[in-house]
Amino acid sequence: MFYRENGQFKTSYKSDQQIFPIPQDRWLILAIVAFAFLGIPFMVDEYLFRAILIPFLILSLAALGVNILVGYCGQITLGAGAFMAVGAYAAYNFLIRVSGMPALGAILLGGFTAAAVGIVFGIPSLRVRGLYLAVATLAAQFFWDWAFLRVKWFTNDASSGSVSVADIDVFGWIVNTPTDKYLFCLVILVIFSLMAKNLVRGSIGRQWMAIRDMDVAATVIGIRPLYAKLTAFAVSSFYLGVAGALWGMINLGSWEPAAFSIDRSFQLLFMVIIGGMGAIAGSFFGAAFIVILPIFLNQILPIIGGLFGLEVSIALVSHVEIMIFGALIVFFLIVEPHGIARLWSTGREKLRLWPFPH
Amino acid sequence: MKLRKLVVAASVAAIGFSAALTAPAAYAAEEQFFPVLAYRTGAYAPNGAPWANGFVDYMKLTNARGGVNGVKMIWEECETAYATDRGVECYERLKGKHGGATAVQPLSTGITFALTEKAPVDKIPVITAGYGRSESQNGAVFGWNFPLVGTYWSGADVLVQHIAKKEGGFDKLKGKKLTLVYHDSPYGKEPIALLQERAKMHGFTLSLLPVAHPGVEQKATWLQIRQNKPDYVFLWGWGVMNSTAIKEAQATGYPREKMYGVWWSGAEPDVKDVGDGAKGYNALAMQHGAEPNAKVVKEVLEKLHAKGQGTGPKEEVGQVLYMRGLISAMVQTEAVRVAQGRYGKGKRITGEQMRWGLENLNLDQKALDALGFAGVMRPVHTTCIDHMGSGFARVHTWDGKKWNFSSDWYEADQKVLRPMVMLASAKYAEEKKIKPRTPEDCKN
Repeated sequence: MFYRENGQFKTSYKSDQQIFPIPQDRWLILAIVAFAFLGIPFMVDEYLFRAILIPFLILSLAALGVNILVGYCGQITLGAGAFMAVGAYAAYNFLIRVSGMPALGAILLGGFTAAAVGIVFGIPSLRVRGLYLAVATLAAQFFWDWAFLRVKWFTNDASSGSVSVADIDVFGWIVNTPTDKYLFCLVILVIFSLMAKNLVRGSIGRQWMAIRDMDVAATVIGIRPLYAKLTAFAVSSFYLGVAGALWGMINLGSWEPAAFSIDRSFQLLFMVIIGGMGAIAGSFFGAAFIVILPIFLNQILPIIGGLFGLEVSIALVSHVEIMIFGALIVFFLIVEPHGIARLWSTGREKLRLWPFPH
Repeated sequence: MKLRKLVVAASVAAIGFSAALTAPAAYAAEEQFFPVLAYRTGAYAPNGAPWANGFVDYMKLTNARGGVNGVKMIWEECETAYATDRGVECYERLKGKHGGATAVQPLSTGITFALTEKAPVDKIPVITAGYGRSESQNGAVFGWNFPLVGTYWSGADVLVQHIAKKEGGFDKLKGKKLTLVYHDSPYGKEPIALLQERAKMHGFTLSLLPVAHPGVEQKATWLQIRQNKPDYVFLWGWGVMNSTAIKEAQATGYPREKMYGVWWSGAEPDVKDVGDGAKGYNALAMQHGAEPNAKVVKEVLEKLHAKGQGTGPKEEVGQVLYMRGLISAMVQTEAVRVAQGRYGKGKRITGEQMRWGLENLNLDQKALDALGFAGVMRPVHTTCIDHMGSGFARVHTWDGKKWNFSSDWYEADQKVLRPMVMLASAKYAEEKKIKPRTPEDCKN
């Protein structure tokens, strides 16, 4: 009914193996992307851009990076915030120390620096796994927190340790209005999502998944764990680094290491767990859940209270917000341990079969 | 154009909820809106709440006094929990409401740094009375920041002056050991540059001991202090970090008399739980201390709390942080009055006009007395270039029950401060490609 697939025949491997083999899905996604590019810039206000949409886009990108490592390669990491910080500070240093450095170049170089750092901190994954690896990656978090707080060179000797950048210039396009920033992040996110999707369905992605599902078996069939694990670390850190550079330079404008603290690492890990491990869409669902829901609750609760004639103090609102948010996390994990992305795909399967579920 | 209309029509439903949340409410022309970024939850709530109560109470008092030439103050609170990202979200949420925010006071150095980037674009002044970036004193570069009444550099400078006086002159500081225990954030790091400068000038050694957020784990810090035996400890803490530090000092036997806190480490919540253990502990008083006898405090009690309209508990009125909230609201209210004097009495002013008001603030002793702040603070006089106004401070000491002043007025030495401010702000201007304002620019 919703998916009328009659008459859709695939006559080549290419059409069978495309990202969205069902035309309805393809059109839906294309429509969403087109709407994001052409619709949203004309109709939302500055608040939605700056407080919700831009953070959502950037954290989606970061969640995508974590998902590659945790969801596809099965290596739990608690150092995501550190790799974001490396990306942000590297991009900052490239921008101010290399004269004539284009902003986009600095952001990408920030990503590559983070990738290199990621490889180094990924080496323990060859020996330890699971929770032990999570603890090992914590080292990255603490080390980089320390480095950016203490080593003055990284912050260009800023007296308070906070750094800031001027407006971003991308090939003559000055990214300074909220709409510009939104579009810039959106372009990067779309390109990177497409790259991620293609990576995970290609040879390298299959190697990651083989390692995730059973690394001994994967080794037996000829997959090199060294190569697979370290590429996962590199790609994941690259995504995180770019996201970190965007977070600092586009979203905050001025930042200190606290912007990439251990809380950020946890937040990203939760995004992936709630959104759906091993699903690209899960990164977006998770980011939406973690970024938008608390703000939404924070604003809707006084309105609900107002309906009942209650004056709700801001302290009460934030307490209730945390309670509801926590309860919802538990709820989603019980209802669907594989994340919101799985809920979505089950729903989609049901829609394909509807109204004949058997 | 057609496409745009089509798209808008097609998706009105999708943004229905957002429109409901952000639709500008109808506002009356004679209301002046101030966002209140408060924190009543989290690790810093014991210190954030009294400040917010004082801040809101003063606006209520202004309205009870009949507003500023009839213009009423309106405000809306938003909880930041001292987190920078939440604070920025709050700012974005509130800045456009009720016809636009007049000025914003973030009460967090981290949020101040973030808003400093946004203020010139939004044209909303950022008032940071007693905190924020020290170099933003230079109004030529930081056109929208107002660290009124004091910065961390002026505070640190006064503290050094005070211990020099105790020792009997600056030359006696040579060879002395000074330790700074600071909150590991932009806030705690602010005074380092000045202390290093002073250390070079007078030949004392400065050791730096950072404490990680939220500051409950200080065992290692105080162990180092016990080993080093510094002559003085400066404390740059906030929230629970302050009382923890004093308790640890007590545990390690470091004399509280030799501890000096900044003005954010010298309020009732910091010492009350420690009680007698905090006896002798000193802190800076940013102009004011605890002022239970001030005229304005009596007025608040009589006009608001007696009628059940006060904010927060009655006992808090007149305490240190409450007073700071009161003063922060007072300077901004007076800036509104100044701006109205130029742009039309009894009219609502914009953020840009508010800036003019803040830059031409001239609160002399007579004006302060009239407002009920006699003996609470000293005159403030700002200019387009000097956004701080005045850097007066005193030292007060906890006697186990209340704060008592233990020093005379000091003023930060501009001969030390000015070159540092110019250097730091020039660097900022270069990084951000800002052209500093000239005296000609200031006239309009």
